[in-house]
Amino acid sequence: MSSILRPDEVSRYSRQMILPQIGSEAQTKLKNTSVLIVGCGGLGSPSSQYLVGAGIGKLGLVDGDVVETSNLHRQVIHTEKNVGKPKAESAFEFLRSLNSNVEFEKLQLRISRANAIDIIKRYDIVLDATDNAVTRYLLSDACVICEKPLVSGAALRFEGQLTVYNYDETTPCYRCLFPTPPPLGAITNCSEGGVIGPVPGMIGTLQALEVIKIAIGIRPSFAGRMLLFDGLDGIFRTVKIRGRKKDCASCGENPSITTDLIDYNEFCQTPACDNSGGQSLKILTPEERIFALEYKNIIDDGIKHVLIDVRPENEVNVVKLDQSINIPLKKIQSNEGLQKVKELIENSNADKLIVMCRRGNASQIAVRFLKENLKSDKVEIKDIIGGITAWSQQVDPKVPVY
Amino acid sequence: MSNLRVAVEFSSGAELLFDGCKKKELLLPIADENDVWTLKRLIQWLKDTMLTEKPELFVDGDRLRPGILVLVNDVDWELMGELEYQLQSDDKILFISTLHGG
Repeated sequence: MSSILRPDEVSRYSRQMILPQIGSEAQTKLKNTSVLIVGCGGLGSPSSQYLVGAGIGKLGLVDGDVVETSNLHRQVIHTEKNVGKPKAESAFEFLRSLNSNVEFEKLQLRISRANAIDIIKRYDIVLDATDNAVTRYLLSDACVICEKPLVSGAALRFEGQLTVYNYDETTPCYRCLFPTPPPLGAITNCSEGGVIGPVPGMIGTLQALEVIKIAIGIRPSFAGRMLLFDGLDGIFRTVKIRGRKKDCASCGENPSITTDLIDYNEFCQTPACDNSGGQSLKILTPEERIFALEYKNIIDDGIKHVLIDVRPENEVNVVKLDQSINIPLKKIQSNEGLQKVKELIENSNADKLIVMCRRGNASQIAVRFLKENLKSDKVEIKDIIGGITAWSQQVDPKVPVY
Repeated sequence: MSNLRVAVEFSSGAELLFDGCKKKELLLPIADENDVWTLKRLIQWLKDTMLTEKPELFVDGDRLRPGILVLVNDVDWELMGELEYQLQSDDKILFISTLHGG
């Protein structure tokens, strides 16, 4: 694949072409470069925009999810009218209208062990804009096998990270840095931890810049280095990271990971998914729990009870049930919290204590804790299955899901 | 008895394990000139004195739990001897969690 620039392309890209580092030679290289963007979300939105704007030759857009309203604050290539539409399709619509010279491949699928190598080998550079550890290991291993540079970004809360893996024989892969996946409880995604839009915006934009440099033959700044961005304190920090590890299972001298790849869900002990609401805990027996509709009956029948919401205060401020009393899980598990629960029960003279949270996990921990520590057989303690999310979906759609 | 002055920093979510603390100057006690502070010792000390969350979110036995990177004066600790690195006066030790969101 090689083509030269047309006059309209020269005019269009003139502002970058007059840079001494670009010129017609580098612009032509861009036109002859293909980039695979995995994840058309918070990082994929800005990176794809700038690559398409810059005149990249071909862009592959991988995403198996659909656009959700809660994506729009940061995933700015998607629009209100595309809520419910596959993200790969929605991204394509926007990007094609931005630059019709670019060739697109829509890949409306979840990248997996089964398809990763076939897809990646068709592209020159891979941009990791995914939202979970499982897919990050998969992409890294597949890029090592296919010998492609991997421009990797991540964002959460007010913080972002950026590095380029597998750029040359000195740069590490993701596995060199993180040979062992983190334990389940240590992984937080945007759906759980929250994220401010401009942070993935920044990191994704820098990913596009690194891709452009690689495409035109300039060494990327973040090969062998990692950018740490703290958007709350306004701190940019670049750190030097290790080189390729000789004993790396993926890019080392005797790799154990080959073209068959591995079972990544098993390796990380978690499925590759950000928006399902995480894993479901099974702490309580079915008898210790009630459905949202059963709680509605308790209200409708005027049964005396105390409703405790154990979510963090900031989430309660977003949405709550009026009658609920907020005692965050952490506080419940302290003497002060326990004392407060005792007082609530005594003052209300209720013999029912209902505990709720966002999705019905933390509330189970709270119920178990309260049962073990209140040691009261006068009060029945149960939690609401599915939490306020289930309440919204099954009882009151006016309560927003977040 | 003297002290070794170092700064510890926590970022990318690692600060949430330490009650939101992003930076702290420490004066680590030194008994005599043979008394050294390795990163291994510092990690145990942080676990025992500063950690406010569950230990398994920070350590895994006497190692650091997977997914946390340590930087010694902005250089990956892997290049500096990892757990056996001996702290020097005015070192800046940064703990970061890896992020996965996007």
